[in-house]
Amino acid sequence: MKPAPFDYYAPTTLEEALALTAAHGTDGKLLAGGQSLIPVMNFRLAQPTVLIDLNGISALQRFTATESELKIGAMVRQSVLERDPAIAHLAPLIHATMPYVAHSQIRNRGTLGGSLAHADPAAELPVLAVARDARFRLQKQGGDRWVAAADFYQGLFETALADDEILTEIDVRPLPDNVGYSFHEFARRHGDYAQAGVAVLLTVDDSGVCQAARLVYLNVGDMPMDAKGAAAMLVGNVITPELIEAAAQFAAANEIAPSGDVHGSAAYKRHLAAVLGKRAIVEALSKV
Amino acid sequence: MSEKFTVSAEINGYPVSKQVEPRLLLSDFIRHEVGLTGTHVGCEHGVCGACTILFDGAPVRSCIMLAVQAHGHSIETVESLGTPDDMHPLQEAFHEAHGLQCGYCTPGILMTLKPWIADNPNPTEHEIRTALSGNLCRCTGYQHIVEAVKIAIEKTHHTEENE
Ligand SMILES: Cc1cc2nc3c(=O)[nH]c(=O)nc-3n(C[C@H](O)[C@H](O)[C@H](O)COP(=O)(O)OP(=O)(O)OC[C@H]3O[C@@H](n4cnc5c(N)ncnc54)[C@H](O)[C@@H]3O)c2cc1C
Ligand code: FES
Ligand code: FES
Repeated sequence: MKPAPFDYYAPTTLEEALALTAAHGTDGKLLAGGQSLIPVMNFRLAQPTVLIDLNGISALQRFTATESELKIGAMVRQSVLERDPAIAHLAPLIHATMPYVAHSQIRNRGTLGGSLAHADPAAELPVLAVARDARFRLQKQGGDRWVAAADFYQGLFETALADDEILTEIDVRPLPDNVGYSFHEFARRHGDYAQAGVAVLLTVDDSGVCQAARLVYLNVGDMPMDAKGAAAMLVGNVITPELIEAAAQFAAANEIAPSGDVHGSAAYKRHLAAVLGKRAIVEALSKV
Repeated sequence: MSEKFTVSAEINGYPVSKQVEPRLLLSDFIRHEVGLTGTHVGCEHGVCGACTILFDGAPVRSCIMLAVQAHGHSIETVESLGTPDDMHPLQEAFHEAHGLQCGYCTPGILMTLKPWIADNPNPTEHEIRTALSGNLCRCTGYQHIVEAVKIAIEKTHHTEENE
């Protein structure tokens, strides 16, 4: 298999890359880790006529990690998210979830920005970004805006990114110490895209009352599915086993929109979502 | 569009320089341009792992990288490991444990394992299987591959000459 011909550019600065996206707009494609893009080019499902390779731009591979700030360049490799001790300390949910993202060989090339921009509904990182209210920096020539993860995802493989914009930086925000977190997914084989999965974040006060909750699901809708109703059921209450059951069932019945595929029916995915939701709430609660 | 680019890279310790079209895959560059056919291609979309090489020391799929991206980088393929008379401990272990049948998957598995074994002197069986999860083998059922990994770890970290 061979990709169709294209013009290739390998800018070494962000300014050069932004000039190229401004010039080529819809004809151009950005190449990050290539772990999603090159396979579809090999199949010729994608035939960009211009490829702008971001791998030579060292500024996009940096990150700042302090106790109050975690900002990660779009071209930081997934293997760095998995292994860097500062990121593990400030973003333990990301650290714990990385082994579920594809295989180690793919994480050695795949990037944070590539996964977020690709917007695969089965991907883990977009779900974490929504759950953590991460913010994405979208830059174009002469322009710069920050978009909340929840606003970035707009539909199946559809995002707020314009053709002349590059996702350059992600404001991940360190996870506060008092937040309990967990990620659960079910895949047929380790490293495969999951059939369903969920990230849960919980804050509970000293008297055991839940102060804040997030439950965001993957691969049971066109994009990360933020179960706000289930979260609202938990907030203001002491989280009992009955409440966990009720919230997980509510999310699975009302707040996701799975479609069936060769691996399982929509009903099966709802069942999975309920089971995974329950497990994830229990684990997050145990870490508060 | 067929403008050619120069790729100058180090492959298995030797400098290589060629003119290539940007759409040439790194796997095809290694096999067809450089002539190192030990790197196999199975699926050509990142799923099977047969094409795994070391890129600046880290295992990657060469079928979903472009040859132009190797410019200025170092590559190791299975040919770098050893010779029939002087095998790498991994190769010895796969030979001893019968860790291959047709051998199609083997180069990718060996290149995945080379840095992993160095970093993991005492893995559990579960960790070994996780390390292998990005490489498909349609022959062995993996049992003998797992055995081979255990032997290779023994040879690398726990034999007398290493202590
Ligand atoms: C066998 C296999 C299994 C996988 N399993 C999983 C899995 O279980 N979970 C998972 O989440 N992923 C999985 N992946 C995908 C992998 O994580 C990819 O690395 C990721 O989806 C894309 O990141 P990338 O850096 O490789 O981006 P690329 O493939 O280079 O780009 C993807 C898309 O995003 C655009 N893009 C990239 N960077 C930017 C940017 N900075 N600004 C704007 N647009 C940009 C590109 O133009 C392209 O359209 C798998 C991949 C393979 C091959
Ligand atoms: S040939 Fe590269 S992963 Fe299958
Ligand atoms: S030995 Fe034949 S595919 Fe692994």
